[in-house]
Amino acid sequence: MREITYLEAIREAMTQEMERDSRVFLIGEDIGEYGGAFQVTYGMLEKFGPERILDTPITELGLTGAATGAALIGMRPIAEIMFMDFTTLASEQLVNQAAKLRFMFGGQSKVPMVLRTPAGSGTGAAEHHSQSFENWFVHVPGLKVVMPTTPYDVKGLLVSAIRDDNPVVFIEHKLLYKTKGDVPEELYEIPLGKADVKREGKDLTIVATAIMVQRSLQAAEELAKEGIDIEVVDPRTLRPLDTETIVNSVKKTGKVLIVHEAVKTGGFGGELAGIIAESEAFGYLDAPILRLAGREVPIPYNRNLEYNSVPQVENIVEKARELANLRV
Amino acid sequence: MKLTKENAEQYLLQMYQIRAFEEQAEKSYMAGKIHGTMHLSIGQEASAVGSISTLEPTDFIIGHHRGHGLCISKGADLNLMMAEFYGKENGYCRGRGGSMHIADIAGGNLGANGVVGGGIPLAVGIGIGLKMQAENRVLLAFFGDGAASTGAFHESMILAVLYQVPVVFICENNQYAMSFAANDWTTSKKIAAHGEIYGMAESCSTDGNDLLEVQSAVEAAVKRAREGGGPSLIVNDTYRWRGHSKSDRNRYRTKEEIEDWKKKDPIVKFRKHVVAKKILTEKEAETIKEQAYADIEAARIFAEASPEPDVATLEEGVYAP
Repeated sequence: MREITYLEAIREAMTQEMERDSRVFLIGEDIGEYGGAFQVTYGMLEKFGPERILDTPITELGLTGAATGAALIGMRPIAEIMFMDFTTLASEQLVNQAAKLRFMFGGQSKVPMVLRTPAGSGTGAAEHHSQSFENWFVHVPGLKVVMPTTPYDVKGLLVSAIRDDNPVVFIEHKLLYKTKGDVPEELYEIPLGKADVKREGKDLTIVATAIMVQRSLQAAEELAKEGIDIEVVDPRTLRPLDTETIVNSVKKTGKVLIVHEAVKTGGFGGELAGIIAESEAFGYLDAPILRLAGREVPIPYNRNLEYNSVPQVENIVEKARELANLRV
Repeated sequence: MKLTKENAEQYLLQMYQIRAFEEQAEKSYMAGKIHGTMHLSIGQEASAVGSISTLEPTDFIIGHHRGHGLCISKGADLNLMMAEFYGKENGYCRGRGGSMHIADIAGGNLGANGVVGGGIPLAVGIGIGLKMQAENRVLLAFFGDGAASTGAFHESMILAVLYQVPVVFICENNQYAMSFAANDWTTSKKIAAHGEIYGMAESCSTDGNDLLEVQSAVEAAVKRAREGGGPSLIVNDTYRWRGHSKSDRNRYRTKEEIEDWKKKDPIVKFRKHVVAKKILTEKEAETIKEQAYADIEAARIFAEASPEPDVATLEEGVYAP
């Protein structure tokens, strides 16, 4: 199969959906001639023209509301918020409006929109361009939240998100943009709410999101040399969550380590731990549920400090080894 | 628009229905039949009816939290509206939205909004969609003087002009953002001036208690929007007789001020005009008033007899299938 990058897979999904469905359009800052801050939309203005590639001034609240309003009358907008940090500015329209319009109007309407945004640290962009806010949006009934981790997944999940009749927060990790993988040229959907077992194993389960899936897979290879056999589960969609795949994996291995980049306190890991503890997997646990997550700090600028703010492969190796050897 | 007898009857009927609906709302609340709160637009009826009377049935409106009058002007079914106010299952929003969120999507009312300024960015997007759909439909986007201070308003003005959306932005300046008086930068002319600053084809203020003046200004703006001339901003200067909501103690204004404005009652003004012009007789006008109050009484009876939502359905409607 043909190999392309995660970034190219996103562009291809949007391009093919726009060719297929005239209701789909893009709106965001510098997504036209500039091609977007990360070049995701490069070339799309030439292909589709300014009528469907709506370049905006710096108006995160305004453009998110505009996407919501257009969706309310049957369009299928894709909004880009240049950095997830700036979703704070867009939140009123996303959380109070997009997420609630259907319910508060008694089901009369729907809001088929996607809000794409790059998250995560590792680029030296410091406190205002490095955050991972996924759990804020997971907390909101009415939103769906997707965090794809491979080029294959990102294309199929974005196609599903565009075709979904609900507002979808689509979180891309900046460090994944240049990763390569096999991606079919034709359109395909990966259903929202379906987890993927990225590596099968029998000794312990790691549930990880975004770049932490890749790091966990590397950690698993390291630990395989020590005879520790790790299963890596990627939820892919955080809301709705495929609890069945996660619970089944924990039942099989009896141990679970949750890894994410966002700050641990109030992070998605707490939700995952709660779900596992409440499930039938509880009786199968041979050790406490452990979490490895971002440190309790804003993301700093200094390279070494930044590196140490979020889990790295060696941290995952260490924590997973500790868990594998734990006997309660 | 020509003021025919048929039009005059409709405008007077709608204004009285709004007045009667809100008086009933207040009574039901005081009688303990309603929980929560409500925001009454008594005294502002000409702004709603005058503006929306310029639309075709296929056009849209989007409103604000003081939106009962807007719903009625867009032709809402009074029974379904009152049932929603009572939180009943057969209300417009199945009792999920209540007073602050009444919407009638099929009727072109894209909903009231509980966040001040929250509907303005939506209006830009609806305008973008309407332009892409190219069916010559327009949107009236209503907000209050309080919303004119928000970032949402300013970002939206910029985007609306940039994309030349077929939207008429209508600020219902009722003089107070809760308790904050529109006596500084939020005064009518200053709000309207933003239309010019941001590059709209037209922006102006009207006597919002004069239905015909409102109608004339909005009609021109609707025509321009429909013909591809882009957005406009109109400020209807009016006054709310009641407090901001049920928590209001009216500490920020005097009884004399309220009484002065009651002398400028928009319904009385319009009624006197059509009687003086011999479009309607005094008797016909009185019959219309009685009809409006009877309609609202029927709506009250309908709402009170309507079923409560079944708790088993609580989680329905969060997501589209």
